[in-house]
Amino acid sequence: MEYSCSAYELKCNECGKRFGNQPLSACPDCLAPLEIAYDMELARVTFTRANITAGPFNIWRYAALLPIPAGFQPDLPVGFTPLVRAKNLGKRIGAKNLYIKNDAVCFPTLSFKDRVVSVALANAQKFGFDVVGCSSTGNLANSVAAQSARLGLKATILVPADLEPAKILNTQVYGARLVRIDGNYDHVNRLCTQIADEYNWGFVNVNLRPYYAEGSKTVGYEIAEQLGWRLPDNVVCPMAGGSLIRKIRKAFNELIELGLVEDKPVRFFGAQATGCSPISTAVKQGTEDILPQRPNTIARSLAIGNPADGPAAAKMIRATGGWAEDVSDIEIVSGMQELAETEGIFTETAGGVTIAVTARLYAHGRISPDETTVVCITGNGLKTTDALSDQYHPERAVRPRLVDFDEYLRELDGAPEPELAEELAIAGVSHVH
Amino acid sequence: MSIKVVLPAAFVRHTDGQKQFASTAENLPGLIADIDQTFPALSTQIKDEGGKLRKFINIYVNEEDIRFLGGETYAFQDGDEVMLIPSIAGGSR
Ligand SMILES: [Zn+2]
Repeated sequence: MEYSCSAYELKCNECGKRFGNQPLSACPDCLAPLEIAYDMELARVTFTRANITAGPFNIWRYAALLPIPAGFQPDLPVGFTPLVRAKNLGKRIGAKNLYIKNDAVCFPTLSFKDRVVSVALANAQKFGFDVVGCSSTGNLANSVAAQSARLGLKATILVPADLEPAKILNTQVYGARLVRIDGNYDHVNRLCTQIADEYNWGFVNVNLRPYYAEGSKTVGYEIAEQLGWRLPDNVVCPMAGGSLIRKIRKAFNELIELGLVEDKPVRFFGAQATGCSPISTAVKQGTEDILPQRPNTIARSLAIGNPADGPAAAKMIRATGGWAEDVSDIEIVSGMQELAETEGIFTETAGGVTIAVTARLYAHGRISPDETTVVCITGNGLKTTDALSDQYHPERAVRPRLVDFDEYLRELDGAPEPELAEELAIAGVSHVH
Repeated sequence: MSIKVVLPAAFVRHTDGQKQFASTAENLPGLIADIDQTFPALSTQIKDEGGKLRKFINIYVNEEDIRFLGGETYAFQDGDEVMLIPSIAGGSR
């Protein structure tokens, strides 16, 4: 498979200056975050429905609008996760056209971070880094560890010390060096900017950030393609740093610009945990000034108190006519259970946030039942099982005999089944409770 | 009283390669005035057209965001380490 090379370079959205391609994330002149700008005339030729559908069933089918260096041969089939119709969940929350974009099953480490890391590491190799790293609340750490192992890069990963045990183990198993930092994500992240300055390491979410962030667009491309090359009415998206929700919109806008989908307004809705809700707070107050917060929530993958893309995300959400909400830890657990019980999808705490917020958006009439709404689930519940540890308890073990099983069921359900009751009567067994 | 001011690599081209310097500023407005005097090139870099600190810069005192400490009203303590960091690195799960 040949991957058509895209033409792209770093651009400052604030002052408009361009900086070629290099590991750089802030504009040297005005310090604004840099983003990738593409040659859209070239994309008109390379990024077509025909070319995309001829590609593999993973994110590399969209390579023509990703910042992939010339000659890069991707061999990890990341992405192209299911978009599933959620009728059962829809019935519960009053939605008729509800879809789940299920990145709980993204390859290789069960979160949407696999998309961004694969794009970031392609560039890390090109820039000649042999050590890569990241600051992470877990999913990013897992993905950097796994993918750098495969590429033969050394990985040093910094995380808050109190991270979920599964996320720690899922980083260490790949042979990555994991450094636990005594602080929250914002502390870890600040340290990483200093390390990236001091050591010549490729930090995927610091000096490689513009490349990394573009990987998120593939969620948007996939949603549109999986809906039959059309856009939904609404997208509900969890927000940590505020990047994903913006990149999904960027994907939709690119598809519109290139004529791959019909132009239509799409409203964007952001989901946060009340214990860390700087973006939803700003949206509700009608400002894009983000007041940093000290996170305190079980949704640790969303626990970024000072989100870099927060101002832009808040502004964008309001500009599209959307809204943002935040929910309590109790609602987060219910949201996880609700999605699992209705659709068979086990998501992490961040997904519980997104489902609970979605339910509230319908309940408050911010989304109408008939509208086509896509809910983004970005991570897998197997990584945050401790959030549910109070909810389920192992039952007593049963002896491998039918009478014991019968007994067990009676204990559990109270009254025996009618047929069973008859047989028990014949056998002269008296009813137990 | 003296504080240590630490700069990110992106700024050192405006300070003749100096990564840090000492200041006797008593608070954030004082520090910005100090930078105006000592590193005029850096000063134009970190402020916008209105003379205000650019929104993309975060200020940390020791390990804490200065906004948690009262922002401009926070009185620097002797030995404080004050860091200027572009906000670009925020937010990644
Ligand atoms: Zn700029």
